[in-house]
Amino acid sequence: MLLRQLTALILELQNLLMGRINFTAGSDRPNGSIPALAAKPIGKLGTAGLSGMRQLLSADLLAPVGVGFLVLAFWEIAVRMSGVQPYLLPGPLLVLQTLISEWGTLFPSLVITFQITLAAFVVAVISGLLVSVLFTQSKWIERSFFPYAVILQTTPVVAIAPLIIIWVRQVVPGDNSTFVALVICAWIVALFPIIANTTLGLNSADHNLINLFQLYKASRWQTLLHLRLPSAMPYFLGGLRISGGLALIGAVVAEFVAGTGGTKSGIAYQILISSYNLQIPRMFAALLMTTGLGVLIFVLLTLLSDFLLGKWHESAVRREN
Amino acid sequence: MTHPAITLSDITKVYSNGTVALQHLNLAIEEGQFISLVGPSGCGKSTVLRMIAGLGKMSSGQIEWSSGHSQRQLAFVFQEAALMPWATVQDNVRLPLKLAGVSYSASRTAVAEALELVDLTGFEKCYPRELSGGMKMRVSIARALVTKPEVLLMDEPFGALDEMTRSRLNSDLLALWSQKQWTVIFVTHNIYEAVYLSNRVIVMAARPGRVVADVPIAAPYPRTEEFRLSPLYGEYCRQISSALSQAASGQDVAIANPDRRAAEYV
Repeated sequence: MLLRQLTALILELQNLLMGRINFTAGSDRPNGSIPALAAKPIGKLGTAGLSGMRQLLSADLLAPVGVGFLVLAFWEIAVRMSGVQPYLLPGPLLVLQTLISEWGTLFPSLVITFQITLAAFVVAVISGLLVSVLFTQSKWIERSFFPYAVILQTTPVVAIAPLIIIWVRQVVPGDNSTFVALVICAWIVALFPIIANTTLGLNSADHNLINLFQLYKASRWQTLLHLRLPSAMPYFLGGLRISGGLALIGAVVAEFVAGTGGTKSGIAYQILISSYNLQIPRMFAALLMTTGLGVLIFVLLTLLSDFLLGKWHESAVRREN
Repeated sequence: MTHPAITLSDITKVYSNGTVALQHLNLAIEEGQFISLVGPSGCGKSTVLRMIAGLGKMSSGQIEWSSGHSQRQLAFVFQEAALMPWATVQDNVRLPLKLAGVSYSASRTAVAEALELVDLTGFEKCYPRELSGGMKMRVSIARALVTKPEVLLMDEPFGALDEMTRSRLNSDLLALWSQKQWTVIFVTHNIYEAVYLSNRVIVMAARPGRVVADVPIAAPYPRTEEFRLSPLYGEYCRQISSALSQAASGQDVAIANPDRRAAEYV
């Protein structure tokens, strides 16, 4: 019965993805107002690309799902045949059952972790973007401050998390103290990929275009807005994908260190408690949820990236061969 | 003969690594002239264009613009099309107007006209990646023309294109030039292209960059395919080619047949 549910879920997911492709193929023709001359090459690209994508996607989706099923089946059979105790290694079906039965206690924790991740990610994106723009305005600023960004990145967050928690408690008293401290920890981890990628992107604008902007007496602001920022877009979005996952990892690691109980405990605390209590299936279920959230963040950011770059950047353009 | 539109006097450019890109260069460019700069790589022909455009400083010398002309009325076409990949054809062409603060609606006619000049009407909403190399170059030219310039600087604009596209764009460019009467300064390393297009070819040599010959091409416009096959065309190409090889071998170049030049240059 569970198997049937899973198959239905996968079918639905596939339909969803197909729907997305139809949508992007349609949007290739802006307003449908291109005259006959132009419609020819675009139309050709659109239809050929569509069937190609459908093929690619079904294979893309079926292969990993197939492998997943095989591994899960092998795992389940191995657990049943060998009679390993569930507190050592639970089978996937037991994990799934636990996930459903413990949903009420696990999901609120996941939401809290997600809130920390989201807050840290948003702050990292905004601050990273600002810092990168500042870096590219002057070589001296970049030279002076970039090493410190690297130091921030290479300092293990586990080691400084206790300090941050103590310090934040001095500044922000009350319930929100831990939340703020955890956001800061996750932010430290998520910040660097955005700074590194965006700075690289802002500096890699086409040299001829920079000359052209100079020739037409473009202001610093115009050059930033119309040339440097669009050039940096693919790099920035790449940084976003790395940073989204790192924000989650940062939040989970910091939660481990904070180890807070009570109402505002995140998913890492649940993992920790479950392992202390030898509730290994529950621990697996919480782990599964965390991984699922990470994958979801990655998929959402990839969709965003494809949507923004779809029309012009090589990374998002599907090839026919 | 018309008066010079741009006069370059005694220009020297030394790069920070010590390379002498240009040494004591003098050049008077007359209004409405189609002038080509040919020479081996490193002879500073692109540097001349950059100096005229005001991109980068000269080490010494000066550039004078005749009254009624200024750098504001010039446009630059680069070796690569240098289009913004994230913008449509019409947004790429509109760029110079946008940077000058012209509103979207006010620039619409100018953009449409520029695209019509380069025969790209109907491709307004395409992205650069959907275009061939020749079409990208046309967009780049349209972008240069959108400000209605009087001086057009072109830095090996067709260098990366195949021979057929190149010759087609050459004749299209000539047709536009005879219509608009811009002053064109055209950098190329292709002698045949230079002779076909220009009414004056400046031959340059490298290390240090300098002018070694100044050859007027007296054939009348419009120039057809027949001109490319004529003995006169062959003669010009030979003359420039020998000037180039003499300069490369370190000999002084004797400017050939000054009398004939004067007689033919109408």
